[in-house]
Amino acid sequence: MIDALLLQLGYNATLVTLGACLLGIAAGVAGTFLFLRKRALVSDAISHATLPGIALAFIVMVSFGGNGRSLFGLLFGAGVSAALGLLCLHWLTTRTRLGEDAAIGAVLSVFFGLGIVMLTIVQTMSVGQQAGLEGFLLGSTAGMLRGDALLLAVAASVVLSLVLFLRRPFELAAFDPAFAETSGWSLAWIDFAMMGIVLVVTVVGLKVVGLILIVALLIVPAVSARFWTDRSDGVILIAAILGGLSGYIGAALSAVAPALPTGPIIVLVGFAFFVMSLLFAPKRGVLASVLTHYQYQRQIHLRQGLLALAQGQPIYEALTRRLMFRAGLILPDGVATASGQAAAAKALLDENRWSIVRADQSFAAAATRYDGLTVIEEFLTPDQMNEVDGRIIAPRALF
Amino acid sequence: MGAEFVSLSLTPIIIGVCVAIGCALPGNFLLLRSQSLIGDAISHVVLPGIVVAFLVTGAVATGPMLFGAASAALIAVLAIEVVRRLGRIETGAAMGVIFTAMFAVGVLLLEQSDTSGVHLDVEHALFGNLESLIWLDAKGWGSLLDPATLRTVPVELPRMMAALLLICIFIFIFWRPLGVSTFDEAYAKSVGIATSSLGLVLVFVSAIAAVAAFDAVGSIIVIAMFICPPAAARMMTNRLGHQIAWSVIFAAFAAIVGYFLAGYGPQWFGDFNSVSAAGMIATISGVILAITAMIGPCRKRTT
Repeated sequence: MIDALLLQLGYNATLVTLGACLLGIAAGVAGTFLFLRKRALVSDAISHATLPGIALAFIVMVSFGGNGRSLFGLLFGAGVSAALGLLCLHWLTTRTRLGEDAAIGAVLSVFFGLGIVMLTIVQTMSVGQQAGLEGFLLGSTAGMLRGDALLLAVAASVVLSLVLFLRRPFELAAFDPAFAETSGWSLAWIDFAMMGIVLVVTVVGLKVVGLILIVALLIVPAVSARFWTDRSDGVILIAAILGGLSGYIGAALSAVAPALPTGPIIVLVGFAFFVMSLLFAPKRGVLASVLTHYQYQRQIHLRQGLLALAQGQPIYEALTRRLMFRAGLILPDGVATASGQAAAAKALLDENRWSIVRADQSFAAAATRYDGLTVIEEFLTPDQMNEVDGRIIAPRALF
Repeated sequence: MGAEFVSLSLTPIIIGVCVAIGCALPGNFLLLRSQSLIGDAISHVVLPGIVVAFLVTGAVATGPMLFGAASAALIAVLAIEVVRRLGRIETGAAMGVIFTAMFAVGVLLLEQSDTSGVHLDVEHALFGNLESLIWLDAKGWGSLLDPATLRTVPVELPRMMAALLLICIFIFIFWRPLGVSTFDEAYAKSVGIATSSLGLVLVFVSAIAAVAAFDAVGSIIVIAMFICPPAAARMMTNRLGHQIAWSVIFAAFAAIVGYFLAGYGPQWFGDFNSVSAAGMIATISGVILAITAMIGPCRKRTT
């Protein structure tokens, strides 16, 4: 396995692994735009629509006397039928009342059904080598010919450079379609180009990931990357890295286990990255959210406890007592310490200041920031603070 | 149309029609709620459910497999919801992440485990094998009235009929709340319909349809029947009742015509090998959709 990750398994396996890595990068970048444009599942329709093309290309090649194994020919057929599927999808969504989701489902199921019909025809043909066609369903890189591996690596790098070249208009269309239109880009053409690139990524990925799961290679890295950052450049970069790693590690692992289809392995590697992002990403991750929640809870409890202290009321709530004791504000029996008294006085003073601020229309902007936790000094200038403090009629001395 | 028809073609056709109608009925509501792709997601995750059930029990038994598939569907729906909420991402992307990962797990488990001796593989899960559901003991139309022979019909037939009955009862009972919450969710809430639980129950009923159908016909026909007949029906009418009636007609038509074309069509072209019935049924439903999308009276968006 280490050998595979270090590309020690021979020339073909190395080419395939590098190709899968490049493909993953291209898919990660292209998928990011698709995801940000909220059209992630269009790629599912595209990939399923490739099947009739593959089968038809095989039949055509065999009837012209070949053995139907030319990867280029099969992929060409796949591309043509995927483009047809895309046209049907476009026509259904623009010319009829069907929503995009229904159109996606209709195109993918009908094209796939037609593809299966043609596959059963292929299976009954007595000529040609039809055994390899099932590999397109789930991906199989085992026993790939050198020419095919080269084709894969070259195509993947071409797609990658295309995506990088068209990055700017794609970004515009994804984030601000109206602005893209006013600055002279045709949204229809950008969408068309985007779909074209997704189509090419899909077709190139057919042999590696398979048509059922290629959609994951486009969506999963982008969704994972979204957890880590809010900046579009960041999402693209991280999606590219995660996609590339998924392709690389997945293809390398599958070189060790040639009996297993490649697609599911790559997808699960990508999914592992997704789970890590979901759990551990700063700010948006689950762990970060849980921490923020507890921190907020702690602040509220401390605040309420201090106000109770300041007003001389006993604290009954167990969590509040525990938190305040741990912060050194009270003794175990609920009596305030010196620092507790000081903090309580400050809390009460702040509360009085806030109530003045909230009662006065001229502080309306600042008053909107009141949530019981915000430190008042951060929102008022020293002059305003003095003004507010001057209005506190009789500061209650409790201690 | 003699004895041979009854034993070889009658049961697959009835099963096909039941599957088509059973999926098209909930599909109408999913379509109107823009949740069509839930059917797609469910039919993909059924595979890992069935494989896990097989690995746990070690046998191809109906009960555990249906249970496994139904739990997988439920887990998928919950996981999609969790990912959507936690990640604040759109439903489509959340679905894409979950169902591909679960399908990948299913495929790997299947390929790794020793299922060579049993009737379980990825191609079967995708395409199904409608043609193989024959009723060998039938001796002609008279067998339909013979209780002893009737007991030997393929187990998929009564199971699918039961699922269809369940779906019909569900839609009949919840007709009014389903319709109201589909078209005007805010109003439905205000008159006291629990819209979110009703939506979940709808998804669950769809899962029952998908799971029951999956074993007999494979996942592709399930997706096609969830979407194509209702979509075609939507082109024909603006009324919910009429739409459902149209979708049932289209679904049954696609199932019957598709089966015959797959079984007998190639013979007309001089080829004696039949093609995949599931694929052909999906194709016919697509043809119906294409025709209605071109000439259906209500095909345009009314704004």
